[in-house]
Amino acid sequence: MADARRDETGLVLDRLRIAIGGTELVAVDATVRPGEVLTVMGPSGSGKSTLLSVVTGTVDPAFTVAGGVRVNGRELTGLPPEARRVGLLFQDELLFPHMSVGSNLAFGLNRGVRGRAARRARVEEALAEVGLEGFADRDPATLSGGQKARVALMRVLLSEPDALLLDEPFSRLDPDRRDRVRRLVFDRARAHGLPVLLVTHDAADARAAGERIIRLESS
Amino acid sequence: MKNLAAAAILALLTLPVRADPDPGDWQAVLAEAEGETVYWNAWGGSTITNDFIAWVGQRVAEEHGVTLEHVKLSDTADAVSRVLAEKTAGQDSGGAIDLIWINGENFAAMKRNDLLFGPFAESLPNWTLVDVDGKTVTTDFTVPTDGYESPWSMAQVVFMHDTARLPEPLPDMAALLAWAKATPGRFTFPQPPDFLGATFLKQALYDLVDDPAPLQAPVDAADYDAVTAPLWAFMEELTPNLWRQGRAYPQSGPRQIQLMADGEIDLAISFSPGEASAAIANYELPDTVRTFVLEGGTIGNASFVAIPYNANAKAGAMVVANFLLSPEAQARAQDPDYLGVGTVLAMDKLDAAARARFDEIALGIATLSPAELGPALPEPHPSWMERLEADWTARFGVAE
Amino acid sequence: MTAFRRPRGAVPRLPALTLLVMLGPVAAGLFGTLAPALGVMPAIGRVEPTLAPFGDLASWPGFGAAMRLSLVTGLAATAASLAVVVMVAACWQGTRAFRAMERLLSPLLSVPHAAAAFGIAFLIAPSGWIARLVSPWATGWERPPDILIVQDPNGLALIAGLVAKEVPFLMLMTIAALGQVEARRSMAVARGLGYARHTAWLKTVFPRVYAQIRLPVYVVLAYSMSVVDVAVILGPNTPPTLSVQIVRWMGDPDLAMRLRAAAGAVVQLGLVAAALAAWRGAEALVAMWGRHWIRKGGRGGGEGLLRAAALAAGGVSAAAVILGLAGLAAWSVAGFWAFPDALPDGFTLRNWMRHGPGLGAPATETAIIAAAATAIALVLTIGCLEAEHRFGLRLSSRGLWLLYLPLLIPQVAFLPGLQILMLSFGVTSGTMAVILGHVVFVLPYVFLSLGDPFRAWDTRYATVAHALGAGPDRVLWTLRLPMLLAPVLTAAAVGIAVSVGQYLPTLLIGGGRVQTLTTEAVALAAGGDRRAIGIYGLAQTAAALLPFAVALAVPRLVWRNKAALAHG
Repeated sequence: MADARRDETGLVLDRLRIAIGGTELVAVDATVRPGEVLTVMGPSGSGKSTLLSVVTGTVDPAFTVAGGVRVNGRELTGLPPEARRVGLLFQDELLFPHMSVGSNLAFGLNRGVRGRAARRARVEEALAEVGLEGFADRDPATLSGGQKARVALMRVLLSEPDALLLDEPFSRLDPDRRDRVRRLVFDRARAHGLPVLLVTHDAADARAAGERIIRLESS
Repeated sequence: MKNLAAAAILALLTLPVRADPDPGDWQAVLAEAEGETVYWNAWGGSTITNDFIAWVGQRVAEEHGVTLEHVKLSDTADAVSRVLAEKTAGQDSGGAIDLIWINGENFAAMKRNDLLFGPFAESLPNWTLVDVDGKTVTTDFTVPTDGYESPWSMAQVVFMHDTARLPEPLPDMAALLAWAKATPGRFTFPQPPDFLGATFLKQALYDLVDDPAPLQAPVDAADYDAVTAPLWAFMEELTPNLWRQGRAYPQSGPRQIQLMADGEIDLAISFSPGEASAAIANYELPDTVRTFVLEGGTIGNASFVAIPYNANAKAGAMVVANFLLSPEAQARAQDPDYLGVGTVLAMDKLDAAARARFDEIALGIATLSPAELGPALPEPHPSWMERLEADWTARFGVAE
Repeated sequence: MTAFRRPRGAVPRLPALTLLVMLGPVAAGLFGTLAPALGVMPAIGRVEPTLAPFGDLASWPGFGAAMRLSLVTGLAATAASLAVVVMVAACWQGTRAFRAMERLLSPLLSVPHAAAAFGIAFLIAPSGWIARLVSPWATGWERPPDILIVQDPNGLALIAGLVAKEVPFLMLMTIAALGQVEARRSMAVARGLGYARHTAWLKTVFPRVYAQIRLPVYVVLAYSMSVVDVAVILGPNTPPTLSVQIVRWMGDPDLAMRLRAAAGAVVQLGLVAAALAAWRGAEALVAMWGRHWIRKGGRGGGEGLLRAAALAAGGVSAAAVILGLAGLAAWSVAGFWAFPDALPDGFTLRNWMRHGPGLGAPATETAIIAAAATAIALVLTIGCLEAEHRFGLRLSSRGLWLLYLPLLIPQVAFLPGLQILMLSFGVTSGTMAVILGHVVFVLPYVFLSLGDPFRAWDTRYATVAHALGAGPDRVLWTLRLPMLLAPVLTAAAVGIAVSVGQYLPTLLIGGGRVQTLTTEAVALAAGGDRRAIGIYGLAQTAAALLPFAVALAVPRLVWRNKAALAHG
C-alpha cells in the first residue's frame, strides 16, 4: 500500500469517519500539502480534539474510526504514537518541569544526531533560532508564556516530524503575544515544509492561517 | 490434606538427611557444634535474663565457636506451636528452633507429642556436677524428664513486700487475706494462665489444704472439688480486695514489679529469690523492698532447656546446655548482679576453685539465704495446674 | 483520551500477579484455618471433620463477653474516629488550623500502633504521667489511686487508643477525597445561600466525601475489631477481646487448643462480616435521615461551640499520641521514678547503653524487611498503574474491593493457616518469607497512596513525548516517575511505616526467628519494663518516621532548581 503512494506528500485524512456509539462525530476527507495549514473549527464537544487524537494515535477506544491517515504516503493507522512522527503542540506548553530548557529540547532532538557536543550545538542553535540564546540551563518554570511557547515549538521541530498538529496552541497567550507566536509557528512550519493541522475555536487563528477551513458542527 | 502429603515428600526430597549427633560421643558433638548457629527460644520479657543469655552467647562463641541467637518469646508456648506447625508441614529436620527454655506443661505437651530430641541431658559432661538427689531436676512437675531436658536454674516462690508500707512478712495465706481485707487494692498476681499467677493458686492451695499428698498424683485421681473447696472460698474473699477489685490483672511477673515500683501494690509473688535485689539494682524497685517465704514452705522447681526433634543444630544446642551447667555459668546466674537464680549444682561435687566462685557471691539486700528459704515444696502434677487455671478463668477470669 | 496498546511483554501480567501476591496468601490462609476449625489437624491425629471445635469454643465461659467486646470496641472506635474527623473537617476545612493539622498527619499516621498504645498507657494509667502531674497537690494522691483505667473491662482505654491512631488515617483519606469532590466550590455556593460553615459542609460535601472514604472506614472497623497488639496493651483481660484470646489459644501448650483457636478465627471472621453489614445498614439509615435534613433547609447556627469542640477532640487525639511518645522518651532515660514524682529522680543514659547494642540487629532486620517489601509493592503497584495507563486494564470498583480485602479480613483469621502453607511449599521461615508476608499488607497501602497522584499525572505529557518519538518505557522512566518522585517516595514511606508496624505477620510467618523492632517491643510488653519499652517504642517510631522525612527532603534536594516540583 505504501508503495502505491510513494510519491504522495503531506498529510492525508482519507475519508476519515469518527463515530461514538453509532453517532457520527466527524467526517473529513482532506489533504494537507507540505507547508499548508488546514484549520478545523468548531465549538467544544464537536470532536476537534478527537480528530487530533486519531492522528496522534491516542484516541479513546470508545470511538470507532473508519478510513485512514497518511503522512508522506505512510499509513499511520495501527502505529503506536511514538512511531508516527507527528509533532504536537497543546495550548499548554507542557515543558517537562523536571528538566532544564536545554534538556527539554534534547528530549525531542532526533536520535540521529549523535555525540554530546553535536546535540548540545543543535539545541543552542534551535534556541538562537527563536531568540532564546543562553537559555539552555534555565528552569522552564522561570520562563514567560511567550518564551515557553517558543521552546515548545522548537522541541517539536527538533524531533523532525513529518507533520504538525496544533491543538488551540495560542489560546493561553495574551493577544499581543498571541499574534507574534502564531506568526512564528506558521513561519517555522512553512520553512520546515510541514503540513499543519490546526484545531481552534478562535476565528483570528483561522484568519491568520489564511487557508482552508473545515467547520465541525456541535453534535 | 493432599498438600500436606506433598509437602512431606517435598521436605524429604529437598532437605539433606543428616544423622543426629550422638550425645555419648562428646568430642564428636563438640566438633559438629563448631560453627553452628543455635536459635534459643526463650521468654524475652525480662531484661536481666536477656542480658544473661547474651553473655552465654558470648562465652559459647569464645569457647566452642557456637553462635547463639536469642529468639525472644512473649510466651514459651509460641515455640511449642512452631515445632508443631513444622511437624504438621512435614519439616522433620532443619527446624527453626534449636533450644527451648521450658518446663512444666509445655514440656509435658512436647514430650507427649514426641516433639523432643533425646535423651541427651544425662550424657552431658557437666551432668556429673548436678545435685540429682537434693533438687528436683529429674522430674518436672512430677513428669520424669528422662533426659529430654537439661536443668539450668532452680526457682522458689518468694513474696516481695515493700517494707515502707507492709513492714512485716506474712506467715501464711490466712494472714495474707486478713492484710488484704485491711488494705484493699494493694495486692495482685499475674493473671492465670500466666505461669506465676497459676503458681500463686497452687501455692495458696498447698497452704490451705490439710493433706497435700493428692497434689502429687494426677488430678483425676483426687476428689477435686473437696480438695480445692478451701482454695475457692479463700479466692472468693480475696478477689474483691485485690488491686482493681480483681477486675484486671497484670499480664506477667515483670508487669507486677512495675506496679510495685509505681506504688500501686505493696505485695507481689516472685519465682526467683534474687529477683527483688536485681530489680532494686536496676532502678526497677525501690530499695525498701524485701522478700519472705511462708512458714509452711513455698513451691520450688527447676527451669530446663530442651531440644526439638527437628532442630537444625542439635550438637550446638547440647554444647549450650552443657555450658549452662558449668560452674562458671551457674555462679554467674546465682549472682544477683546478673540474674539471681538458684544453682542446680551440688556444692560437694565441685572442686575448691569452683566452690569459691559461689562463696564470693553477695546475695543482695533483698535476697534470703538458702537457710532462710528453707526446703522447697515439690510442684503438683501438671494436670492440677491446667485444672486450676481453667477453673479460675471460669470463676474469676471472665468477670462480666 | 488514551489509545490502549496491544498487551505485550511483562507489564500486562503485573495486575494478575499483584492480585495473586496479595490475595493468594489470604485465600490459602483462610483454607488453612478452616480445616482445623472443622476438627481436621493430622499433626495431632485429628482427621475426622467435626463441628466439635465450635461447641468447645461456645462452652468457653468468656465467649459471649469476648465477642461483645470485639464488636463494641470496634464499632465504638470506628464511630468515634469518624465523628472526630467529620467534625474537624466540617468546622475547620480551609482554615489555617486545618492546614497545620494536615502537616501533623503523616508523622502521626506512621507512629506504629504498639508504640502509640504504650505511650497512651503511660499517660492515662493511675500511675501515669497525667496523674503524676496533678498529684499530690491537686488530688491529694500520695500513691496511685486504685481505679481501673487501663485495661478496663469495657475496653474504654482500648477504644481511646484506637481512636487516637485511626483519626489520622481517616483524616488523611478525607483530605484526599476533599480534593476530588471540589469541596471548596460547593462550600462557597452553600455559604452564599446562607448556610453556616459546618451545616454547609455536612449537607453538600460530606455525602460525596463519605462515598470516597467508605472503604477506608470499613478497614478501620475490621482492624479495630480484630487488632491484637493494641488490645494486648490497652484492652481488658477478663476476658480479652476475641482476637487476643485466639492468639493465646494458638500459643497454648495443649495442642488441641489450636482447634478451638481456629474455630474462634472463623467466628471472628463472621463477626467482622456481620459488623460490616450492620455498618452498611446504618449508612442507609443515616443517609435517609440526612436527605430529610437537607430538604428541611435549615441553615444551622451555634457554630462557635461546635468548632471549639471539634478542635478539642482533634487536638486531644493528636496530643495523646505525641505526649505518649514524650512519655516513652522520658522513661527511656529515667533513673528510679517513684509516684507521684512528675519527673524521675535522675536522668541516665544507662538504659540506652544497656539496650542500645541489642537494638542494632532487630533494627537492621526491620530495615531490610521494610525496604524489600516496599520495593516489591512499589514495582507491582507501578506496574499495575502503568498497565492501566497503557492497556486500559483498570481496576473496576469491584477490583478496589479486592485491593482492600487483605485489610478487611482479620489477620488472626488467615495468618496461622498461612504459616502452614508456606512451610508446605518449602518456603522456610525466615526473612524472605516474612518479606512476602508483609507485601500482602504493604501493597494495598502503597497502591492507595500512589494511585491517585499517578492517575492525576497529566497524560498530555505522555502524548507530547510520544509525538516526539519517545516510547512508553522512556516516558515512564524519564518523565512520569521523575515528575512523580515526591508521591512515589511518600508511597514508599507509607509502605515502610506499614511494614515496620506489622506484628502478627512477622511473628507467625517468621516463626519467631525473625526479630524486628516491633516483635521485640511487644515481647518486652509482656515484661513491662518501661525503660526497655520506651527505648524500643522510640526506635520503632523512628524507623517508621525517618522514611517520611526522607520522602519530604529528597524531592526538595533533587528538584531544588526546578521551581514547579521543588514544593510539590
